[in-house]
Parts: sequence; structure tokens; C-alpha cells
Amino acid sequence: MAQGTNIGWSLIRLYTILVYLFMFLPVAVVVLLSFNQNQFGAFPMTGFSLRWFEALWNNDAVMRAFRTSLVLGLMTAVISTTLGVLASLALVRYRIPGKNLITTVLIAPILVPEVVLAVALLLFLNWLGIGKSFALLLAGHVIFTLPFVILVVQARLVSIRRDVEEAALSLGASPVQTFFSVTLPLLTPAVAAGGLFAFTISFDDITGTLFWKPGGVETVPTQIFSMLRDSISPEINALGTVMVVMTVGLPLLGAALARRLAMKRGV
Amino acid sequence: MSSVELKNIVKRFGGFTAVEPTSLTIAEGAFVTLLGPSGCGKTTTLRMIAGLLDPTEGEIVIGGRRVNDVPIHRRNLGLVFQNYALFPHKSVAENVAFGLRYRNVPRDEIARRVCEALELVQLPHVADRYPKALSGGQQQRIALARAIVIEPDVLLLDEPLSALDAHLREDMRVELKRIQQRIGVTTVFVTHDQSEALAMSDEIVVMSNGRVEQVGAPADVYNTPASEFVARFLGASNILEGQCLSRGPEGAEMEVPVFGRVRVPAARAPHLGGAGAAKLVIRAEKLLLREAPPTANSPENGLISAPVTIETVDYQGQAARYFLRAGDRQLQAINMIDERPFAAGASVHVTIRPQDCAALPG
Repeated sequence: MAQGTNIGWSLIRLYTILVYLFMFLPVAVVVLLSFNQNQFGAFPMTGFSLRWFEALWNNDAVMRAFRTSLVLGLMTAVISTTLGVLASLALVRYRIPGKNLITTVLIAPILVPEVVLAVALLLFLNWLGIGKSFALLLAGHVIFTLPFVILVVQARLVSIRRDVEEAALSLGASPVQTFFSVTLPLLTPAVAAGGLFAFTISFDDITGTLFWKPGGVETVPTQIFSMLRDSISPEINALGTVMVVMTVGLPLLGAALARRLAMKRGV
Repeated sequence: MSSVELKNIVKRFGGFTAVEPTSLTIAEGAFVTLLGPSGCGKTTTLRMIAGLLDPTEGEIVIGGRRVNDVPIHRRNLGLVFQNYALFPHKSVAENVAFGLRYRNVPRDEIARRVCEALELVQLPHVADRYPKALSGGQQQRIALARAIVIEPDVLLLDEPLSALDAHLREDMRVELKRIQQRIGVTTVFVTHDQSEALAMSDEIVVMSNGRVEQVGAPADVYNTPASEFVARFLGASNILEGQCLSRGPEGAEMEVPVFGRVRVPAARAPHLGGAGAAKLVIRAEKLLLREAPPTANSPENGLISAPVTIETVDYQGQAARYFLRAGDRQLQAINMIDERPFAAGASVHVTIRPQDCAALPG
């Protein structure tokens, strides 16, 4: 009996390891090969080198795409968190008619397939006679990242007791002062998390971006996509590595910072 | 310091009336308690005084100024909540200094007043800690310091002791009263705990179902309840339904079950009009149990006695609470224990004094 259980657990363990390998091995291969010296990205590796990163650095198109993605991601993060915090405040702190409907509509972009959302926005703006532009691309990314911010911020806001804000009001802080001196500081972890979410989602979004981007503008994912169409260059591995660092490393760093901050304050 | 006046205030939430038309005057420097069970409208009333809720009708006047349209942050009130509501991201000193920062107080004066306030609540050494590092009692003291450091016109306390454990609650009760007397601030205290209300208040406002049942000094409310609700809510009472045979200037002649004829003094029957259906109220601790009937058992010298059987004994250490059976009626008695409590099932005699009874209209 005990032995049977042991075998069962071993199988589960093995299965889990296989699943993780399946998920992360390709990523690991990309990262590893980005340091390969050989022109053809294949094993066995012929030596350690940073030449593909150097090539990236000197590739104007890639650097331009990188800058675009960075600016787009940061702007998306700022706009999404601002709107998300305001929307959450309204939905949690005030009694507004149709609250559930509004929440559903704001969360909907996560549920609707991204292609549908992308085409819909494009058609809508065409109908209005507005052409593709960076502003449209930004608007699309904001729509797509807003639900994540709202979900995170709302969850946190619910846990902030109303009487803490009431105490601030009673002590003479106006509602706006109360928001900046009490509510926002207490919301900071959620705002930071929401902002990071928005940034990383915007940074590696491709579906919507392909539809919305104006001609000549490339983000990192669309740049990789177009590079892949021409040839398979080890530069793409290097770019992939940079992407992994940006989208995985940044949130981890943020979480670590938040935890340290919280520990210092004893919150 | 200011007086508070409520003029016919009403609060409705949709179709539900939380506070029926209520008028109340709270004198400058007084400690007034709004007492009642949950849902009686006491917290709603407090929140209207604070400015956290707008009255549907009526006027609120603080220090002679109508404040209906003055938002909470301009009312200069101190507010203390059940769950302390300290700012978790600010140190104790920053918490206490918070209100002063919005009052153009110079920095060195802020530091001085924060120190004074912390000394007043006897926690001068915790200034640099964060609220999380403090016990519940300490947190509530800091909340109190934060509320009084701004020298509020009125101090509003919303069940401030309810979250503390029993022992601490009694210490804090004394402490709170001491601080209030020392600074002399007009205080409105909301609680559902009758012993807090009786111990601390200058005046108690008993509320039920959005209505004020009685306003009076603790001893008056306790000894001469204006309604059956007040009699039942404060302390353990026995209420016997009977008849008022006559009502004269010296008192009311009552005929009630178990005890028969009882002459209630006039002072204890102010709400009784004349002859007719009436109720006799007698506190459980005024029912004295004895093994033998008193020797001089006659209405003339005051003592009235009746035989009863003890059904249940609720042992409480220094006292015991007895549930008694007298015919088809159940009575409660709370007696100090002399050596050992009476046993359940014992037949004893219960004795009352007419001057301990109060009368209510039936």
C-alpha cells in the first residue's frame, strides 16, 4: 500500500518536472544560444560570446523598436494605472448606478479574444475617420491593460478600511488631501503591481500591436516577427533574452522592492 | 469646546428610517452616551454629528453654528473608531501629528503638542513605532491622542472600547474618563455596553429603533426607567404586569402577581398617570433570597416576601444569578454569595422593599 503511494507520488513528481521542462526549455535554449558564437543557432555551442548582443546594439531598426516599446510601455503603464486607480475608487468607494455592468465592461477586454478587440478598435476608428497613429496604438494598449490594473487595485482598495480615510477627514484633511496622504500610500503596492503588469503586457504584446501600429513603427515583438520572416538570425535569440529579462526580471525586482519597503514599515 | 444641538434630525436610507425625528441638547463639556442595541440608530446619529452622513431632515448645531453644510474636515471634531483606524503607514508620532499638519501649526509646536498628547495617554515612549507594533489598547490610546491633540470642539467616540478584551476595557474606561475630565471636551460616546454607559456618562441617551427612549443621568435611567425597553436593556430586571389601584402624591398603590400589594414611591413612578393597567419593575439585585421568611413580614414596615423555588443557578464568583419560579412566573435575582450559593431546586423566600420598585404604565 505504502509502496503504491510512493510510486504514485514519484510519477506525479516526474510529470511535474516534465511539464516545467516543456514550458521553460525553449526559453532556456533561446537564452543559451544567444551567447553562442556560431553563426547558426544550434547545439553544440561553439563558444561563449556577446557578439549577438553587440550586433543588436548596432542594429538601428532593433534599437528604434526597443525605444518605441519602452516609451509605449511606460506611457501605457502611467495612463493605465492612473485610470485604473480612478475607476477603482469610483467603483469601490462610491455608490453609482450600474456598478456591476461598468465593472464587467471594464474587465471585458481580458475576456474578448485579442484579435477581435484589435479589429473592432481599428474598424471603429476607421468609421470615425481617424487613421492609425501612435496615439491609437497607445489607446489600444491602455484598453488592453486597464483590466489588470483595475483587478489588482480594486482588490487592495477593498481591504483598506474606510474608517482610516474617515479618520483623516475628521482630522482636517480635505478629500483630495486624504487621498494623497492616506489612500494612495496604502494603495502603493497595488499601484506598483498594476503598473508593472501594464508595462510588461504592453511590452510583449504582438496581436493588437500588429493591427494598430502605424506604418514604419515597430515594437520589439513586431520587429522580431518581421526579422523572423526574412531569416533566422542569432540576433533574435539575443533580443529574446533581453525580452525575458525585461518581462520577468522587472516584476521580480519590483516585488522584492515592495517587500523590503513593507518590512521596513512593519505594515 | 462647544455644545451640540440636534433639532429634529431624521435619517432615512431609501425606505428605511434609521433615525426617527430626534432632538437632543448636549451641554458644553458634558460626557453624553448614546446607548442602545445594534441597529438602534446611535452610530447613525454620531455619524451625522461627525458629518460622515447628511441628515435627511433637521438641523445640527455645534457651538451655536449650523453645520449641516459644513464638510467633516472643517468641523474640527475628534473622532475615535472601534477599530482604532490608525494610519498603518505612518509612525505613532506622524499619526498624532496628522491633524496639526492641516492646521498651520509651526513645526516645533507640532513636536511639542504631540509629546504632550502622548504623555496624556501615558505612551510617551512609542512615538517612533508603527501601529502594527502596538497592542490593541495602546493603539486605541494613540487614536485618542490623535483625536484630542487638535483640540476638537467635540470628541466623538464610536464604540472605542468594544475591540478590547474585558480586562483592558475596564482600565481604558477609567483612563478615558480621566482624560475627558482633564481636558473638559464635550464628548459623545456611542456604546451598546450598559456598564460603560453607567460608569462614564454625565447623561445617558437610551435609543431603540431609531427613537430616543429616555435621556437622564445614569442613576435616573437605571432606577427610574421610562419604558419597559429601558428597564430590560439596563441591567437585569423583573417586570410584573399588574394594576395600579390608586395614584396619589405619596406614591402609587400597585397590585401585582407574586408580591401582591406594593406601594411605589412617587419619585419612582413619574410616568404613571393614574389607576389602570401598570407594570412593576424591580432589579434582579434587589430581590433578596433567604432561607426563612423575614420575621416581621408586613406591608407596614416595608418588606414584602414570597416563597419561590430556585430553578437554575448561574454562579459568577462573588455573586450568583438565580432563576426563580413563583407559580407560573419566572423571576431573576442576583445576590452576593455568603459562604455558598443556594442550590438549584431549593425552596426559599424572596424579599423586596417597595422603595426599590419602579412603576410603568401598562
